[in-house]
Amino acid sequence: MSTAVSVMPGLTLAGIGQGFWRLLPLSMFVVVFGLAYGLAAVQTGLTPLQTVFMSFAVFAGTAQFAALELWGGQIPVIPLLVTTFAINARHLLMGASLYPWLKQVPATQRFGSMLVLSDANWAMTLNDCQRGKPNLGLLVGGGMALWVTWMGGTLLGMTFGNLIANPARFGLDMVMGCFMLSMVFGGRKSLRMVLAWCVAALTAWLAYRYLPENTHVVVGAIGGGLVGLFWMEKPAEPKAGRADK
Amino acid sequence: MMATDGLNGLLVICLMGAVTLLTRFGGVLVMSVVPINQRVESFINAMSGSVLIAILVPVAVEGDMAARMALLATAAVMLAVRRPMPAIAAGISVAAGWRYLM
Repeated sequence: MSTAVSVMPGLTLAGIGQGFWRLLPLSMFVVVFGLAYGLAAVQTGLTPLQTVFMSFAVFAGTAQFAALELWGGQIPVIPLLVTTFAINARHLLMGASLYPWLKQVPATQRFGSMLVLSDANWAMTLNDCQRGKPNLGLLVGGGMALWVTWMGGTLLGMTFGNLIANPARFGLDMVMGCFMLSMVFGGRKSLRMVLAWCVAALTAWLAYRYLPENTHVVVGAIGGGLVGLFWMEKPAEPKAGRADK
Repeated sequence: MMATDGLNGLLVICLMGAVTLLTRFGGVLVMSVVPINQRVESFINAMSGSVLIAILVPVAVEGDMAARMALLATAAVMLAVRRPMPAIAAGISVAAGWRYLM
């Protein structure tokens, strides 16, 4: 059984342009998050080049903040990469949800557009697709708007961050923590999710106390994930993903 | 463990970028072979919030009282108005205020 999927037209320059302008107003909020990241990165001790390069190459705010938590003179690479994967695993669901439309366009466009896949442009594109007006330009152009504003915000935060001598005095050391917590509570909330979070907190705390350094993130992520594995969502619930950014 | 100075740091960031790219391509790639089933989707959804909670545990346990109050304020405002910007602003203000007053 398959439901009718509307036809996805190929990518056009005009479509990309329209997508860019449609998401630009919303992207202004991304400047603020980029600013917070730039500020936090400078406090953490990343060089300016590293700070900008991370926004350029990773382009995923929450994962970048998490990387700063682990960053030091030395960095545990495996925990960092596992954490990055766990935080960005939602991209898997986002890409999968668009697959019925993406499979209609050539592979270069299909994968090319995934390069700028992010929460806001995904949510709007999926919405258009489901309303029967699939529009790849919105995904790509909107993604570019998000990327440009994310980079701009990072540069601003870096400049601004250097000017503040004692960030903790202004509460700015809490930017990361507050950002991440707001992302947790911004997602869908259900008894199931709350249980997953409690299990995550408890297992992470135990791992933090008794297991080797930096294992707590992976342990907590798997602990919470297992709740989802064994206690499934009802089939009627809408598909995939938290609203990030 | 890897050093994070200069080029080493950039290499670490490249690895992060590669993993992130894998997640961006992965959904479409996997779906072209076998559809993601509901159990996997449920696992990923539960994990995405859990990983953030896990990162925050040491901040809440080891941090000063101002840090804990900041997290509490963020959670409260987020639950009340459902917008990240005011929630983060509230958290930062509470941390700054607490440290100024206490």
